Amino acid sequence: MTGFRVVGRDAPLPLGWKSIAILLTTLAFAFFVCSMLLLVQNKSPWTAFMLLLEGGFGGPYPLEDTLLKTIPLFLCSIGVSIAFRMKIWNIGAEGQFALGGVGATAAVLLLPPGSPVWLMLPAMMLGAALAGGLWGFLPGMLKLRFGLNEIISTLMLNYIGIELMRYLVYGPWKDPSGMGFPMTAMFPPAATFPCLFGRTHAGILLCIVVALTLVLFLGRTRLGFELRAAGENPRNARYARIRYGFLLVFVLTLSGALAGLAGCVEVSATFNRLQPNLCTGYGYTAIVVAWLSRLRISSIAFFSFFLAGLKVGVENLQMELQVPAAFGGILEGFILLCVLAGQFFHHYRLVRISAQQEEETA
Amino acid sequence: MSVDLFISLLAATILAGTPLLYATLGEMLTERSGVLNLGVEGMMILGAFFAFFVELKTGNHWLAVLAAGLGAACTGMLHGIVCLVFQGNQTVSGLALTIFGVGLSDYLGTPFVGTLTEGFQPFAFPLLGQLPFFGPVFFQHNALVYLSYLLPPLLWLFLKRTATGLALCATGEYPDAVSAAGVSPIRMRWIGIFGGAFIVGVGGAYLSLCATHMWTHNLTAGKGWIAVALVIFAFWRPGRAVLGAWLFGGIMALQLRLQALGTNIPSSLMMMLPYGLTIFALLWASARGKGRGAPAALGENIAPGA
Repeated sequence: MTGFRVVGRDAPLPLGWKSIAILLTTLAFAFFVCSMLLLVQNKSPWTAFMLLLEGGFGGPYPLEDTLLKTIPLFLCSIGVSIAFRMKIWNIGAEGQFALGGVGATAAVLLLPPGSPVWLMLPAMMLGAALAGGLWGFLPGMLKLRFGLNEIISTLMLNYIGIELMRYLVYGPWKDPSGMGFPMTAMFPPAATFPCLFGRTHAGILLCIVVALTLVLFLGRTRLGFELRAAGENPRNARYARIRYGFLLVFVLTLSGALAGLAGCVEVSATFNRLQPNLCTGYGYTAIVVAWLSRLRISSIAFFSFFLAGLKVGVENLQMELQVPAAFGGILEGFILLCVLAGQFFHHYRLVRISAQQEEETA
Repeated sequence: MSVDLFISLLAATILAGTPLLYATLGEMLTERSGVLNLGVEGMMILGAFFAFFVELKTGNHWLAVLAAGLGAACTGMLHGIVCLVFQGNQTVSGLALTIFGVGLSDYLGTPFVGTLTEGFQPFAFPLLGQLPFFGPVFFQHNALVYLSYLLPPLLWLFLKRTATGLALCATGEYPDAVSAAGVSPIRMRWIGIFGGAFIVGVGGAYLSLCATHMWTHNLTAGKGWIAVALVIFAFWRPGRAVLGAWLFGGIMALQLRLQALGTNIPSSLMMMLPYGLTIFALLWASARGKGRGAPAALGENIAPGA
């Protein structure tokens, strides 16, 4: 009987045509299976697939929509992946994102309404980064001091953070002249990210600055080097007297601050106010992006764009075919499952064995 | 507080704690085999949907429970395929499973939001239901609650007194030794994943068949994640899972009662309560010993060819 034998690779597959081929195959499989789910609702999978792609990437208007969603997603993903790099599972980007929205809104409410842009926007970003950072700092300290599992603490803080945000918009921060709607008053113009071209706002500059700073930080500073070393081998890092505990808290705080910045972009540029439907799953999608991109910053940019496009595409599906928005969750979850399975071939390869060889080894 | 109010609060505690108990015991079984499945939330809500759907179509409660268990188990198998066959990272795979499961249940359930079903109705257990105090607290509920009383001792017996159970626990501690003893550790892990997911699915069925009697969005509301925390809180022991699940049941019952009474506390702040207390429960568990009772090989894959 001929068959296959699993053989470990000497080194993980580098980024190249082979790994790209693996990725494309797994993505195609994931899309195929998810499209089949549309048959449940008597929708044509092929039409739906085309609508998905057209909605996200087909033309200047959809592409601009996608770019707008890429900005918060990219910031969240970069935050999540910097924690994942150290094998710290920050699942809390969603809550940190919500807190970022709260922090940015707090800055707007604290400053006098007539404040100039150069004061207002930095204050909002600072508020967002502090609040989001706090939501990362807490699980970091809990893990450092008490060994608390950060997966669960960050996840619980998601629920708590979102409820906190809801409490504020339903209670103390509710716009008195908002006819009872749970939202803050519209922000003053100075609190809105200015548009650069079309609808694309200055958030994209923020992404570029953050990405460049991180590349420099990881590549050129002692702390960044320690961070990379601790991620590759925590035990060796401890022998090398790398401050693992400090790094743990630092990384979670940084991760939270970045997700917080994404929340700031969203309240400032997208909603112009704080409202309860602020959180639409960027924090969870960021996990998918981080893993798809294997934690490389350039790949994160690419995959943030890709998954943002899928989010926009799913909105299109919802409008054109009345497919429930939850289809996006199915797609993201299943893509991640397939990609995880596909990464098997980064570490192993299949070798065909003939009957003769099998007899020899037996 | 009057005695009647106290009794009704305790009864509500059991009712609210039961889905947590199922989910915790299910995840415990899976983790005992060394597999960390963070997809509890997703499997649970899918179980809730399958139970609801089969109940709606057939009206047969037990068939609905079976559908929930099998549906969740099949979803759990995806985790098995990714982690046992393809060596995927267990943490990320579980998260993906939750994203997938929550999405799928929402997608399939959208046309049914607000649809009512009959589900299980409470009945007084013969004899025991007549007892003073214990009767109304423990024995005037529905069939799935009674079934949940049997589960912890059964799980304990399985893990400690059967050959399969012992091999499964050993797989969670030291898979190589199991393999050396001539038992396939991969097979044990499949059993752990399948069985655990089945029980989690029954917990989901409880939500739609016994708690709400209808389909709504976000039926689990983080209960699957609380169950993951309760496994740690219970030090991976079935008996302590009962304690943890009912403790949280009590908190949820109290929260609902206070909301019904109409206090000044805003509802969002009340909603935070179980999640905040989950963190405190873990703090307490960690004070009693970090990672106490955790299977040694939890979360580690078994390399092929080994």
